[in-house]
Amino acid sequence: MPRYFTRDHEWIEADGSSARVGITDYAQGQLGDITFVEVPAVGAGLTKGDSAAVVDSVKAASDVYAPVGGTVTAVNTALEDAPDLVNSAAESDGWLWDMDLADPTELNGLLDAAAYAELVAGQ
Amino acid sequence: MNDLNPSGWRPSLGTADPMTKTGNRALELEEPLIFEIGDAARCGVDFDACEGEILPGLRLRAAPVDVPGLSEPETVRHYTRLSRQNYAIDLGLFPLGSCTMKHNPRLNEKVARMPGFAAVHPLQPQSSVEGALTVIAELADWLVQLTGMAAVAMSPKAGAHGELCGLLAIRAALEARGDAATRRVILVPESAHGTNPATAAFAGFGVATIPAGPDGRVDLAALLARLGPDVAGVMITNPNTCGLFERDLKTIADAVHAAGGYVYCDGANFNAIVGRVRPGDLGVDAMHINLHKTFSTPHGGGGPGAGPVVLSAALAPHAPLPYVVRDPDGRPRLVESAAERPETFGRMCAFHGQMGMFTRALAYILTHGADGLAQVSGDAVLNANYVLARLRDVLDAPFAKTGPCMHEALFSDAGFADGFSTLDLAKGLIDEGFHPMTVYFPLVVHGAMLIEPTETESRAGLDQFIAAMRSLADRARAGDESLHTAPHFAPRRRLDETLAARKPRLVWTAP
Amino acid sequence: MRTLPLTEADRAAMLGAIGAGSIDDLFVDVPADALLPGPIPGLPFHASERAVERHMAALSARALTADDAPFFCGAGAYHHHVPASVDHLIQRGEFLTAYTPYQPEIAQGTLQVLFEFQTQVARLFGCDLANASLYDGSTACWEAIAMATRVTKRSRAVLSGGLHPHYAETAATMARFAGDSLVTFPPRAESDSDDAAVIAAIDGETAAVVVQYPDVLGRIPDLAAIAEAAHAMGALLIAVVTEPVALGLIESPGTLGADVVVGEGQALGVGLQFGGPYLGLFACSAKFVRQMPGRLCGETLDADGRRGFVLTLSTREQHIRREKATSNICTNSGLCALAFSIHLTLLGGGGLMRMAELSHARAVATARRLEAIPGVSLINRVWFNEFAVHLPRPAADVVEALAARGVLGGVPLSRLCPDRADLADVLLIAATECTDPADIAALGSALEEVLA
Repeated sequence: MPRYFTRDHEWIEADGSSARVGITDYAQGQLGDITFVEVPAVGAGLTKGDSAAVVDSVKAASDVYAPVGGTVTAVNTALEDAPDLVNSAAESDGWLWDMDLADPTELNGLLDAAAYAELVAGQ
Repeated sequence: MNDLNPSGWRPSLGTADPMTKTGNRALELEEPLIFEIGDAARCGVDFDACEGEILPGLRLRAAPVDVPGLSEPETVRHYTRLSRQNYAIDLGLFPLGSCTMKHNPRLNEKVARMPGFAAVHPLQPQSSVEGALTVIAELADWLVQLTGMAAVAMSPKAGAHGELCGLLAIRAALEARGDAATRRVILVPESAHGTNPATAAFAGFGVATIPAGPDGRVDLAALLARLGPDVAGVMITNPNTCGLFERDLKTIADAVHAAGGYVYCDGANFNAIVGRVRPGDLGVDAMHINLHKTFSTPHGGGGPGAGPVVLSAALAPHAPLPYVVRDPDGRPRLVESAAERPETFGRMCAFHGQMGMFTRALAYILTHGADGLAQVSGDAVLNANYVLARLRDVLDAPFAKTGPCMHEALFSDAGFADGFSTLDLAKGLIDEGFHPMTVYFPLVVHGAMLIEPTETESRAGLDQFIAAMRSLADRARAGDESLHTAPHFAPRRRLDETLAARKPRLVWTAP
Repeated sequence: MRTLPLTEADRAAMLGAIGAGSIDDLFVDVPADALLPGPIPGLPFHASERAVERHMAALSARALTADDAPFFCGAGAYHHHVPASVDHLIQRGEFLTAYTPYQPEIAQGTLQVLFEFQTQVARLFGCDLANASLYDGSTACWEAIAMATRVTKRSRAVLSGGLHPHYAETAATMARFAGDSLVTFPPRAESDSDDAAVIAAIDGETAAVVVQYPDVLGRIPDLAAIAEAAHAMGALLIAVVTEPVALGLIESPGTLGADVVVGEGQALGVGLQFGGPYLGLFACSAKFVRQMPGRLCGETLDADGRRGFVLTLSTREQHIRREKATSNICTNSGLCALAFSIHLTLLGGGGLMRMAELSHARAVATARRLEAIPGVSLINRVWFNEFAVHLPRPAADVVEALAARGVLGGVPLSRLCPDRADLADVLLIAATECTDPADIAALGSALEEVLA
């Protein structure tokens, strides 16, 4: 399934009008040991660019922004007891939330894997 | 239960320590928790016999509170042993930028304990506490004169509380003027301490960040460009968190006033200019003063502080209650009722302020006087510039080229070997017998190290610190591996903060 | 000057190393018209230690203190005996002049004390967790209300009439700026607290109910009943304890169902100090841990596997979250928390109970003596160590007259509620284990004289 990226280091894997969102492996490396993840509420409405989640490491709390707008349908409850999943498996088991997309065309403005890799290389 | 203490806890002897049965190493003594050595039936207090009735209507608890007691000798030992695991100003230098860790004179402690200040109740008749009220009035007068302002609110309990006081006074002034609804934004430099935007948000404002210029001061053009009818004011620190005097502060204040806003000054760095510059002359409307920084009241391991706020004539009417005034006959009186001061924004806390800190600060101020305080700021600035001059050839000092610093010197981690950070250098400094400097603040410099020696450091003490820093800078540039595992000689090695945050254990539970 | 180690020779050598001609040269960035040419005019110059001590001692002498006079003031600050060891230990330089324990390797003394303190407060209040202290009881109270609004996402709070008026005013100031709405019941001179009225005011928009225990007139609300009513509407019960010694005798609020318990720790270890610095206590259920304000100390291990303590969960705090912090608080009340902890360690649960029994017994004896005076009537049905009486004259005048006779005879309620003419005759009387039978006799005869 197609995966897109944002300049703020979120990934979104879309399947028609629903999608799964997380932060990239590069982002978790920058944050260090993750101690807690605050996920959005199931049912919450998100606008593209809203702060939807917060990822805490020991010395920082980083906002995770909604890459596109829509409604949260599920959250990764495994993160309650194992926030370190975001460190070990940021782009798979460490996903943050699932959502329905309000407007799938918003995906068009995001980066593809190659463009994101270039962004990271330049940092 | 083992033979070391009632609960069975024994200190783990660590991977590198020589084995002793107790885990102690001569004068380095491992101390269990009170829950591991005490019990609720033991007691270190003798009471008078209790004869008398218990009211029949009083519903009694089922069992005593489950907290352990210890005899007096055991209690004294427990806390004495714990104290020996702490670094302190009495032991050595704390080069902590923006903290002003100066010597705490013991006269302060003697004065604070005088019974006319320590053994009186805040709500006794005012006629029975005239001396204590006079202390507050005298200190208030000194603070107003040292800062060139119109009035002072004495009740805030700490610096952050004082910041809130200042911003609430601004908001009250805007409400009185009728434009509180439109003026919702406070401008904050990006180098500001985290309390500034946090306080602004708490007071109901939005925050707009103003960048710093290449010279480390707030970008004047950017700030002036952002002024407008939505701006309630600016929060500025002077000298700023890079240790530099904001030369444009008067210009900024004039512009902010012309645009209808107010100027809040974070007074954390007042030690650089006390007795030489008055913030009121620069157009400041409100400034909190950290008595535990500039005026030597003790840090006590984290508090208590005190944060009186000096106010301009524009903001003075809105000061929180209560405060001390002088009646026409000169006697001090506590004003507690809004009926007497209808423009106040209200009360911020119970009672009327951190009296224990007022006595200590007043003793300090009387000891130094106007001439002594000017010498305090002079020596503070001299000491910081001496450290800057003697370290800038081995550590990157981003603003050293543009001129002298004030009371603190700022360095970055430029030039360190790959994989070596400011944190490593700081932990290495612990082994050298010093508390680390402020690190990773301000955010405008990479790997920031902010060093404030204060005026109570001797030249010999500074030379020793400089020697240690030069050695550490060499090691950081060369990539000395042992820095990664420093400190080696402290009572504890590096502690696992990730574990503490992932699996918080905030109270003791029986195993 | 004795606090300034640099000599003129030092200064000269250091200026040489810097390359500056004088200290004034280092102030080059200060605009010329802002830099004062000399010491601020009109202010005295420095003084010897002896002179300062004499000046302060002369001011201290102008007071009637709890050491000199029979003493019955309470109303949120209590006169208990603090053992000599406490003050001696907190003056050790390693405690007194230590910094916030941000470098835990060299601050295990402070950190272990905070961990012990947190545990003591949690157990005293009957809660899962406690923080490392806040400024005082009144700011702890508004922090609790703020937390309740965050947690429930509601913005209304109900404040009982038994809440200390200073605490209610503080909460009102903060609520006004936060946009929260407070329903604040007025204090009433009734024999029991206003539980029924408070319960009736809880609705589906209420974030929290705030009830003081014992209350400002010394009455003891039924926290269990109020907790049940609050929970039924999805609201939190915040209990406020201004006299923690009461918990030596009566049940802890957390055990009775309070979700958050805040209070003033001054009664143990801290002393009267004319109103500050005091000690804010904050305890709550474990489920609120990431919403708690203030510093938290947690247990962990060091690189050698040894137990140690660190400040933790700091991402809630202002220096990291900045605008989104749970509070703007920076300091805790560290030295006062240490004093509280040492005093409570000396007492233990058993000692606290004996202290409470004595305080209560002396208060009952005081009440019996006062009710025997014509014109004086007891208001409370029940109390711990503080109660209220009706006097035949304005209580403020009576208290002044008592002070003139060398007796500190309690706090007039009008001092806390100056705009309530109907409460002008109410006097609050507190007693503790420091209240000797001779003090009670002195109060009794002085009051009889004043009212005659």
